Amino acid sequence: MIDVDKLQFGLETFGDIVANEDGSLKTAGESIRQIVKEGQLADKLGIDVIGVGEHHRPDYSVSSPEIVLGAIASVTNNIKLATAVTVLSSDDPVRVYERFATLEGLSQGRAQVMLGRGSFTESFPLFGYDLTDYDDLFNEKLEMYSKLIEEKPITWSGKFTETLKNQDVYPKTDYDGLETYIGIGGSPESIIRTAKYGYKVIIAIIGGQADRFVPYVDLYKRAAEQYHMPVQPIAVHSHGFIADDEDEAVEVAWKNIKANFDRIGLTRGWAPMSREQFDGETKVGSFYVGNPEHVAQRIARTIKLLGLGRFDLVYGAGNQTAAQRERMIELYGSKVIPRVKEILSEGE
Amino acid sequence: MTEIKNVGILGSGKVGIVLAQLALAAGYNVRISGSGSVQKIALTIDTLVPGATASTNQSVVNNSDIIILAIPLSRYKNINSKLLKDKLVIDAMNYWWETDGIREEVLDPDTTSSEQVQKYFNKSTIVKTFNHMGYHNLQEDARESGDPNRKALFVAGDDHDAVDVVAHFVDTMGFDPVIHYQLSDGIMTEPGSELFGASLSKEALRNVIDNFDETEFGKRIKQSNN
Repeated sequence: MIDVDKLQFGLETFGDIVANEDGSLKTAGESIRQIVKEGQLADKLGIDVIGVGEHHRPDYSVSSPEIVLGAIASVTNNIKLATAVTVLSSDDPVRVYERFATLEGLSQGRAQVMLGRGSFTESFPLFGYDLTDYDDLFNEKLEMYSKLIEEKPITWSGKFTETLKNQDVYPKTDYDGLETYIGIGGSPESIIRTAKYGYKVIIAIIGGQADRFVPYVDLYKRAAEQYHMPVQPIAVHSHGFIADDEDEAVEVAWKNIKANFDRIGLTRGWAPMSREQFDGETKVGSFYVGNPEHVAQRIARTIKLLGLGRFDLVYGAGNQTAAQRERMIELYGSKVIPRVKEILSEGE
Repeated sequence: MTEIKNVGILGSGKVGIVLAQLALAAGYNVRISGSGSVQKIALTIDTLVPGATASTNQSVVNNSDIIILAIPLSRYKNINSKLLKDKLVIDAMNYWWETDGIREEVLDPDTTSSEQVQKYFNKSTIVKTFNHMGYHNLQEDARESGDPNRKALFVAGDDHDAVDVVAHFVDTMGFDPVIHYQLSDGIMTEPGSELFGASLSKEALRNVIDNFDETEFGKRIKQSNN
């Protein structure tokens, strides 16, 4: 049974470069400032979370999400401030703790850590790591991170991390410790690992139907039980675009999501997105595209299907204009979220 | 023709799990192994593929008529080549730099990945398939034979009989096979090709294959071979 009052709704951006009305592109700096404005807008609309991604590529503006979140913190009151995701494998767990503890203080307890192995891998060579250590890096750093967030002196030695002897980390947080999510892409091993640590899980559904994750939710619950850990509410994030008019929404999303997907595909080896593929994703798959009613119906279905506690919409894929992004956020906050809650309440 | 009743899958990641689900739905007995202990994958298999048996590599190989390699390419040498001796083996792997790391260490640039796998498992018969369609398409697009929305999979291998057996197996798993009796032709479906990540009908897939030399990837391959 879904508790509608406890449901959370988030927005996430990967920091795509924003377009001007004439089709030219804004600078990275302009794009970053646009995100701060959007965070403020989302807060005003009562949206629960704003998540900012970490990328180290020319098509994205944010490589240091916590700085952007710090700026958003200073102009907002309630919204939670998350990364989407922090690539822990190529980061230093001590620094990760320090940055989020700082954000936690700055925002009076609104920081939210979202850790992942990262579906992009540019950060590995950039920070001197070898991709062949992909799994080992994440496992070791997650273990270290889990010790650090206890906020007690830590003694530690590892293969990829610094050796610490009874070392304290600062600043200490004022609240109940750092809220931590692990972003996962659907590997069973990742689900079990998240359950084992007792962290919250956010599943990135970026292709295909949400239906195939039904058994994965079950796996998380069974794994948590096996490790005697609490079963936390499950979160999902997926891409989407909302406009007042259905056809306009589809047109903007097709142009931008395709461009974004194809550009990434060029470096990662997959074929360009076909219209058939896009239409499949928007009808029954992982793209939440359309007018507010359409998107609300689809989000409500996914929440119900998977028994979610939180749904995050990834916005801004490709080079959308500031007006398109802001209108989408307004519609999400003022129309889609209330409508999703209404649909889910009616269903009971 | 070898009759297949028991399907063995080495690898319990996303692809291995989906192939296990399809094989189970097609009525095969399914055994699957992972990189860790049997106990480590037991919960995963029991939850995601109830009815399949979580096993060791050895047990998968001993009890299966056909073996599917569904592990990262960089790890195939972790499997003793003798273990798969005299077995019919499906190579569902690809060189995927995002997880496999630097190319030359994983894949000799002068060959295709399946030829390299065949060279290593030199007493086994390798057929390449299930490698080019995204795992969620494999899961969602499987259809009964004759369904107008059925998609196709490329099947390539040097051994005619083995290719025919695998083609029939692919058909029972829910896809139209498009056959090429040459293992090196597997290159046409590797990352960077127009087929990688695509889910196409038989006709559309054949069309890409028939015009491979005209595709951007095909031109690059041709150039690097000259």
